[in-house]
Amino acid sequence: MNEVLLEVDGLHVGYETEDRPVNAVVDASFTLRRGEILGVAGESGSGKSTLINAITRLQRPPAVTTAGTALFHAQDGSKVDLLRADRDQLAKIRWEEVSIVFQSAMNALNPVLRLGAQFVDALQAHRRLSDADAEARAAELVRMVGIPADRLRAFPHELSGGMRQRATIALALACDPELVVMDEPTTAVDVVMQRQILRQVQRLQRELGFAIVFITHDLSLLIEIADRIAVMYAGRIVELGPARQLYDDPLHPYAAGLRDSFPPLHGPIRVLRGIPGSPPDLRDPPPGCAFHPRCSKRFARCDTELPELLRPVDGRQVACHLHDAAVLGERPVEGEKVG
Amino acid sequence: MLEARNATKYFEVRGRGHHEVRALEAANLTLYRGRIAALVGESGSGKTTLARLMALAYPLTDGEILLDGVPADPRGQKDRRRYYARVQLIFQDPFSSLNHLKRVRYIIGRALRIHGHASGRAEVEAKVLELLERVNLTPAKDFIDKFPHQLSGGQRQRVVIARALAVEPAVLLGDEPVSMLDVSIRLDILNLLAKLRDDEGLAILYITHDIASARYFADDINVMYAGQLVESGPAEAVSQQPKHPYTRLLLDCSPDPDRSDSGVVDTFDDELGEPPSLIDPPPGCRFHPRCPFARDECRTRLPEATTFEDGSWTRCWLYGEGGQAG
Repeated sequence: MNEVLLEVDGLHVGYETEDRPVNAVVDASFTLRRGEILGVAGESGSGKSTLINAITRLQRPPAVTTAGTALFHAQDGSKVDLLRADRDQLAKIRWEEVSIVFQSAMNALNPVLRLGAQFVDALQAHRRLSDADAEARAAELVRMVGIPADRLRAFPHELSGGMRQRATIALALACDPELVVMDEPTTAVDVVMQRQILRQVQRLQRELGFAIVFITHDLSLLIEIADRIAVMYAGRIVELGPARQLYDDPLHPYAAGLRDSFPPLHGPIRVLRGIPGSPPDLRDPPPGCAFHPRCSKRFARCDTELPELLRPVDGRQVACHLHDAAVLGERPVEGEKVG
Repeated sequence: MLEARNATKYFEVRGRGHHEVRALEAANLTLYRGRIAALVGESGSGKTTLARLMALAYPLTDGEILLDGVPADPRGQKDRRRYYARVQLIFQDPFSSLNHLKRVRYIIGRALRIHGHASGRAEVEAKVLELLERVNLTPAKDFIDKFPHQLSGGQRQRVVIARALAVEPAVLLGDEPVSMLDVSIRLDILNLLAKLRDDEGLAILYITHDIASARYFADDINVMYAGQLVESGPAEAVSQQPKHPYTRLLLDCSPDPDRSDSGVVDTFDDELGEPPSLIDPPPGCRFHPRCPFARDECRTRLPEATTFEDGSWTRCWLYGEGGQAG
């Protein structure tokens, strides 16, 4: 659990546009350990999908990675910078080491191939397997996610949305990867199917030990399933820490606001305010801290000076002047809790 | 204010043989002045069908829609206009429900003119500005000449609400009005709708798949499953002491960071199941194929409604033959 699997350092992704470049991901750094579930939370435009598209090398123009490294520690002990890996290296890493599950299963599966053929394709591309062995492995994989093996004869459109998404999860696990990236895997399904899928993912993760980077806008869901959570705002990681602590005592005012945007299912009802205003336009981000126009705790320094993601304290990191040691001296916030 | 009585809708399926999708069966739902009624359920449960029937979007197969106790007659254009002067809809997608080619001034002004609440340039402008302020698009002068594409999703949805309010309706039907918006701005819109209920006595239907938000701001919660209402009652009763096993499943599946155990989910097998086809729905209680508590009578007969002291009712054999329960 403490063994490092992926080290992302100083990742920067821009979108080349005609008028001015857009900084979609700025200076993102984090470490993922083997077997860990890391949640990435943020709203649309926060850069969470851009971040993982860069790391999985699925990014398309106009997105361009302009700086950073993403060092992947492979099963054989070698280290590969995913951002600079060439075609052959990528072909070896994909599916064997890193796989991905997208939001839309209908778009991830080939609509004119039977489900079984898609499993056999993936398996035979990476392993020397006879047709019979590949089919047997395919049956084993779909059974792991609760799909009867005879459904392998079905076309994707013959399955329900929930079944399709479970099939793409089984497909992602075909070659025993060390890391599965999940980009909003349950956003398109209903809440009961979401719970079903999450329970299966958690069970499989325990049994097989792969690490997960789980991306979603639903922070309340992440708090239930993730070990640690990174909260992104306007392209930056603004808080990173253990899931439970981020929920009980968020450090960044945006993380606190996001937490309080989900009405509780139980306990007393109080009036919740959400977060005033809207996320910034990345073509023209606010100076200083990008969150300052919406922040109730802002002070002079926030308008002009960008807060850096601070060194970890007790495993928690935050990018906010409220927690900047120097500022604590100049503006006491004793006893004041953000949230 | 607005009532659906025994509302039923079957859609015909063209193709080989004769098929019907039984989208909605005998639904009773009443909206009251100054109250928000939530309608929750999974996709395909009939929530939107019921809202559309209440908006007279298509004819009923059976049952009726009553406005102020009078059956709504959707045939004549005049009758329809009179109806829409009282009942307005807010759609899920604020990106497609506004005319891209027109400014906010025109979009809201048109509703004012059509329903005779303002005429002449100056009067329309004054009223549009006032409406923009009511939905917190301030300073209103900055918004009145914007095109929809210049606005964020939350701002667009406010324009949609302002347009509905321009008609001075008594009832708002909101079909997932916040589910396409960013999480941090959803509450703002819900709080705005709650304010309209409190200050202006609007009757509001809030359709959602998010039972936590229904509990947060609705007065009553109605739960739909496979085209049927299975449980209704005060929001706290339904969300804190759910009666129907399906309501319990919905609640226990919803994300909840404070959850201590997985609740009813553990009484299900590994599979939680999926809703049935509405072309050939299961007999009896439609939830019985998924229900861990299903008994013989559940498989053959639809239970009568049982009412409870906390003001809720459910249709479930666990509570006997119907009537009163403790």
